[in-house]
Amino acid sequence: MEDGDQVIKKFMYMNRKAPYGTIYALESLEVVLIAAAFDQDVSLVFADDGVYQLMKGQNTDDIGMKNFSPTYSALGDYDIKKIYIEKESLEERGLTLEDLQELKYEDEDDDWAEKDSIHLVSRAELADVIDQQDVVFSF
Amino acid sequence: MKFGILVNEGPYTHQASDSAYKFAKAAIDKGHEVFRVFFYHDGVNNGTSLAVPPQDDRHIPNQWSELAKEHNVDLVLCVAAAQRRGMLDEDEAQRNGKSANNVAEGFRISGLGQLIEAGIQADRMMVFGD
Repeated sequence: MEDGDQVIKKFMYMNRKAPYGTIYALESLEVVLIAAAFDQDVSLVFADDGVYQLMKGQNTDDIGMKNFSPTYSALGDYDIKKIYIEKESLEERGLTLEDLQELKYEDEDDDWAEKDSIHLVSRAELADVIDQQDVVFSF
Repeated sequence: MKFGILVNEGPYTHQASDSAYKFAKAAIDKGHEVFRVFFYHDGVNNGTSLAVPPQDDRHIPNQWSELAKEHNVDLVLCVAAAQRRGMLDEDEAQRNGKSANNVAEGFRISGLGQLIEAGIQADRMMVFGD
């Protein structure tokens, strides 16, 4: 899809690892934030242990690392409003959406109404979403 | 086809770098173009000029350098990931007051924008990680 001179592709960022214990979650978020400047059609996926990245109430005092989870709530401001959470990944970990942060964005086409960015999808539905992408990054 | 490649792991510890390299070579042999390989996370360690692996085994950083030279592949180390892990070119070393630099021939340090651009310009983006 072209918008005047600029190519717009569907970019997906897959997050499958827990927020702490390895650096993938943090550095992947850094990519997403910088990538926002490129005005592409962005989707984020949280699946497998990646669902832990969005858990509420993270306290990292005892591991001496920065708690970067507040950053996720800014994704809406970076125009990232398609965030897919895999249902089976939550169920397999005994979690529900209530355990996760509520991520929202302001819809400029609807008088800046606040809407949910998070879409709960099944593994099968996620496969279809992935199939629609032009670029899939997994960290 | 124009390929972009992302390498997310360092040399030797994971197979990712080997797989990416072999893929790049195979693609080029088949007449495709691999215009950029972007190294992120520990992948930046593939760009070290200081590796001295055993002589009876492959020299991963050298393999990448040679690929860059022979086929004009742009090898990019992400600046943020590189700084975290102590991979500095001459400019970065000077700028940060460090006593040495260690980026191998054929690699350059640049921003994450190069990765996104690769995704935009490539027909297909390949990711090699753990």
